Amino acid sequence: MKVERTIKYESELDKSFPDWVASVPDGEKLRDCIQCGTCSGICPMSIYMDYTPRRLIAMAREGFKDEVLSSLTLWLCASCYACMVNCPQDISITDIMYAFKMKAIEERIYPKRFPIPVLAREFAKMVTTTGRNTESRLVFRLALKTNLINLLKMVPLGWKLLKTGRMQFRGDAVKNNQEIKAMFKALEGVS
Amino acid sequence: MKEYTYYPGCSVKGTARQYEESLLAVFEALDLHLNELEDWNCCGATLYMSVDETMSFTLSARNLAKAGMNGGHDVVAPCSACYLVLLKTQDHIRRYPAIREKVNKALRAVNLTYTDRVRVRHPLEVLLTDLGVEAIREKVKRPLLGYKIAPYYGCQIVRPYGALDHQCFPTAMDRLFEALGAEVVDYPLKTRCCGGSLTGTLEDAGLRLNYILLNEAVKRGANVMTTVCPLCQFNLECYQNKISRTYHEEISLPVVYFTQLLGIALGVPEKELGLKRNFVSLEEVVQ
Repeated sequence: MKVERTIKYESELDKSFPDWVASVPDGEKLRDCIQCGTCSGICPMSIYMDYTPRRLIAMAREGFKDEVLSSLTLWLCASCYACMVNCPQDISITDIMYAFKMKAIEERIYPKRFPIPVLAREFAKMVTTTGRNTESRLVFRLALKTNLINLLKMVPLGWKLLKTGRMQFRGDAVKNNQEIKAMFKALEGVS
Repeated sequence: MKEYTYYPGCSVKGTARQYEESLLAVFEALDLHLNELEDWNCCGATLYMSVDETMSFTLSARNLAKAGMNGGHDVVAPCSACYLVLLKTQDHIRRYPAIREKVNKALRAVNLTYTDRVRVRHPLEVLLTDLGVEAIREKVKRPLLGYKIAPYYGCQIVRPYGALDHQCFPTAMDRLFEALGAEVVDYPLKTRCCGGSLTGTLEDAGLRLNYILLNEAVKRGANVMTTVCPLCQFNLECYQNKISRTYHEEISLPVVYFTQLLGIALGVPEKELGLKRNFVSLEEVVQ
């Protein structure tokens, strides 16, 4: 039987990661976490997560950068803010999850073809181009990038939406979408 | 007549069309005027914020800047995601100079000026604060007798910025519907998350969250559920067939926007309330 080490030595951790965490809005408050587990207990999605929010916080402030950023936990957070308003230490847990998501996208370390980050990116692309989100087109793009068979499964629902006049095909856009593009351009290289 | 700037958001132009229809009809009936914001853009919702927070705040800052130019009336946002993102934008621009600077830079490029003077509000809170339950009660033409309501608020209208009475156990909608003659059931899951877009991305988990919410409402004797958010309504209503099949339990509960039921009570003609667009009909409840 081969014995393998399951936990990193301290020297293998990314010690700059906790500093980065402290630099994001409200990130410095992560240091105040008392590991009580209220966040994990109240989170409706924690039972699906690979690391519960409490554990993820502990890992982030010790420097487990790769584990945190490649974790499913970030993407399973539906941002209902239940953890944040119930945290006895007033830590903006949901906002910090967003910081992790952005970093994971920026460093391209998220599970490939996992639909949640794909949806986020497709959504952002659509809004940056047209200024608005057309739901039917977004669903189509998501299926195209992840699993086309899903489109077939959605036919019954789509048909009902069509019958009740709740399906919008025509792409919606702001009239002055040059304005959206110009704002986006002004931010390039800034953030 | 009180004036408001109306920020619809993308969903009420698509899957939540009956929300917009009933909202406009109800506000009209109560003599509150909604002026749609000229050339508004998407708020970015939870998704844009996961990709690029600065651009997400900038998108909302454009809407707020336009609302400021539009007379500075209060902005009414019926979708909980829009409501939250607009409030979060104001909060972060106020608290973080670095964010403020970047957003202002982007707005300057298109000759817009950010203002934090406009107040962002949800229509439920507007009705309860600006009119009040008593004033609405006086206008009831058809009391909601026979309705047993599970008031579902969802998450983003109450947390973390929401202006309702409690972040986990609000009673605003409960009080409204009691005043309209309905019975409101005790529904402790009222702000438990529906999972948002998870039904579309991670269906098993999404269906389970909504099954828990529907099942509890039925168990507690509700014959209708009311919502305040397009995504909640969509999840709770449009996936009922799938949920019934998955959990081998027939669930058929009408899930309507609070404005649709309020409209019925106020005597607004049914066709103006978009009732035909709902998958599960209210008719059985009425009998």
